Amino acid sequence: MVHNDIHATPAAGHRLIVGRDGLDALIAALRGEGYAVIGPRVRDGAIAYEPVDSTADLPIGVIDEQNGGHYRLNTGPEETLFGYTVGPHSWKRALYPPRQSLWTAARDAEKGFTIEKPDGTPPRQAFLGVRPCELRALGIHDRVFGVQPHDAGHGAQQFTDQGYAARRAEAFVVAVNCGRAGGTCFCTSMGGGPQAEGGYDLAVTEINRNGWHDFLVEAGSEHGRAILDTLPGRRAEVYDVQAAQAVTDAARGQMGRAMVPDVADLLAKNLEHPRWAEVAKRCLSCANCTMVCPTCFCSTMEDVTDLTGERTERVRRWDSCFTLDFSYIHGGSIRQSTASRYRQWITHKLSTWHEQFGTSGCVGCGRCITWCPVGIDITEEARAIHDSTRGTAGGTPEGTNEGRA
Amino acid sequence: MDGTLPTRVNASPAPAPDPMDTRPFRIVRRIAEVDGCFTLHLRSLDGRPLVYQPGQFNMLYAFGTGEVAISISGDCRDLTTLVHTIREVGTVTKALAKLKVGDVVGVRGPFGRAWPIEEAYGNDILFVTGTIGLAPLRPLIHEVLHRREHFGKVVICYGSRGTHDILYEKDLHRWRGRFDLQVHVTVHSAPSGYRGRVGSVANLVKIARFDPEHTTAYVCRSETMTRPAVQALHERGVTSDRIYVTLERNMKCGVGFCGHCQMGGSFMCKDGPVYRYDTIEDIFTVREL
Amino acid sequence: MVAIEGLGRLLAEHPFFQDMTPEVRDIVVGCCANAHYRPGEYLFKEGGKADHFYLIRQGSVAVEVHAPGRPAVVVENIGEGDIIGWSWLVPPYVWTFDARAIEQVRAITIDGACLRTKLEANHELGYQLYQRFIPIMGRRISEARLRIVELTTDAVY
Repeated sequence: MVHNDIHATPAAGHRLIVGRDGLDALIAALRGEGYAVIGPRVRDGAIAYEPVDSTADLPIGVIDEQNGGHYRLNTGPEETLFGYTVGPHSWKRALYPPRQSLWTAARDAEKGFTIEKPDGTPPRQAFLGVRPCELRALGIHDRVFGVQPHDAGHGAQQFTDQGYAARRAEAFVVAVNCGRAGGTCFCTSMGGGPQAEGGYDLAVTEINRNGWHDFLVEAGSEHGRAILDTLPGRRAEVYDVQAAQAVTDAARGQMGRAMVPDVADLLAKNLEHPRWAEVAKRCLSCANCTMVCPTCFCSTMEDVTDLTGERTERVRRWDSCFTLDFSYIHGGSIRQSTASRYRQWITHKLSTWHEQFGTSGCVGCGRCITWCPVGIDITEEARAIHDSTRGTAGGTPEGTNEGRA
Repeated sequence: MDGTLPTRVNASPAPAPDPMDTRPFRIVRRIAEVDGCFTLHLRSLDGRPLVYQPGQFNMLYAFGTGEVAISISGDCRDLTTLVHTIREVGTVTKALAKLKVGDVVGVRGPFGRAWPIEEAYGNDILFVTGTIGLAPLRPLIHEVLHRREHFGKVVICYGSRGTHDILYEKDLHRWRGRFDLQVHVTVHSAPSGYRGRVGSVANLVKIARFDPEHTTAYVCRSETMTRPAVQALHERGVTSDRIYVTLERNMKCGVGFCGHCQMGGSFMCKDGPVYRYDTIEDIFTVREL
Repeated sequence: MVAIEGLGRLLAEHPFFQDMTPEVRDIVVGCCANAHYRPGEYLFKEGGKADHFYLIRQGSVAVEVHAPGRPAVVVENIGEGDIIGWSWLVPPYVWTFDARAIEQVRAITIDGACLRTKLEANHELGYQLYQRFIPIMGRRISEARLRIVELTTDAVY
């Protein structure tokens, strides 16, 4: 667990205490720099990430109630701006949109066809309310899409997705530290925590001291610092930083779930395990977990042709390893059973991701648990396999080799 | 878990060519092959050759229909012509099959890991393949023959269904005429009087002359047939660390972004399609992986 | 015809009989003879009495299925060093395929009818023969099965 050393306070001006007007000034400053500010809003009974104009658009006084297959918004402490945790949206929507037009092609008598790429200018987006787990998810996608080099991946060539890279380079990130853990959170057991540890331009901690409601804002980049310097507020004192620390410490102590240790190795050793068939009895193969996961990145390509057949568009859209079509090769799909698809998802997320990108693919945000219609819990599935192997030397339970001819 | 994850990532000053961009190539020749296959000879419209290594593949684009991963089948030293042998099985390959000389296809690539060659210097070389599996192997055979002096015996074991669906029969015939090459061809059945071999490819591995302890084998068969081929090699004493196999999954992007071609921890499009057998031996028999 | 000790040496050198105990091999030697087949000549025909098996010393033999009105279908060929014929071991001792020499074939024929009576009396002989036949039968069955897959599955190569 990493606690910031409060005595290693950066130079004055790096941390500020502001009120709600300070956050409004922040939004205004970002808009003034040409950013579209995207932040949390209540939409259809859930927290969604959408454009916001001011703090008035934020879910004021709202908290969420989450459990396996369960999500409700409730009334929380008055005036609280960030009392809820994560909803069904994540920032991959903004950086790797669900539908991306890669190019259009038109038939050409001379050259066969000509290709036109969409305007490559990335949108200037500022993300307000990026949770620490989501910051880590951004860092993971930086590796997946080749903007952050890494040593993993079997030494294969690392490509860069230019759309992601451009959008990412433009993005301004305002993190928000967590004051409470959601009902399905388990970030601490994934090596994270409710406090941002870098990867942001600004980080906000909402502090409520006996009804006195304000925000500690810290800069994490030069750009963040430049904006911070323009905000109305006062320099943060040591006691402010301690108060902010107490906020995240409280959240850290509330994690109701935990991932079992050494899960990467555990799953790699148990590709043949009776639990896969068990979970498959409940799993609907609906792909919800992959859609809400902030790190799931699979996509497919579609070619959409107009009625004349003269113009066609190459579209990339999100896909999921839970569909039968996903592993289709001529003749049939590799992963026919739900058991194999669930195994693919969880072992990729928790195990093979390390081989590919040098990090876990899970940040412990709990979305896949909350938004699973039948409440399948990734921590519980890993624990079931963990518990079944306890005490056996090879880490493989008895009876798992049945059916192997 | 890693400590700091920087927010700001500097885009490289001169952007690399986007791996998602397809380049137009004109069909300069079309050859009808056996077994529902056809070969396209392609020339780039922009004049830039496509430089590749044996074993790599391209994403071929049929206008308005889509893309499909097809291994390259030519001689990688001939940069004027890009050669692809394609079997008509899906929507895109059927669309490609309809194209004529002069038509244009899109090409994205090359992608994937090549067959290693230098690792086999000094060894005997054994190619084990069947039907259309010869197509992804042909660039390697060409290259091994270009560098013939670096190898001991060179053996091709090839099998097809019948006597009329032997792919690249002219090549096999030409290779058979060389004194520095053993070419064994087998078919599954033949009319009486056929003087060639009838039987399995595994049988060819059994009779081929090579020094098992100093042999590198390149297997290009379907996943189902790879197992018996590897077993036959093991029986002869060729160990897994000197056997290279090629595998197939659903490749959509070719660059490890789309996730479709995963097998265990590898993205087949960039970590494969060529694997040294000992690196995948453990997961090779796991079903539906 | 070569002398018996000549045949004994040929058997001892043949991979099929390698490591067979000399006493047992001597029994087999007593039942074998040299044979020669011209190209196109049948070693045996489907439906015929299966009273022999053959060690191919030179040349190759096609295993064929007769098809009326068209050339027979070759389903396998058996070459130098290989063994052909196991119907003599299994009732009703009838050949299920044709075997025809593709080229000049030199072989050793072993009288199965003679061996069958000896097998009953000498189980050690039986064990050592079965030990050698069963792996061959097993391998040919699994190869045949895989070839069915190859012949009937579109995506297999």
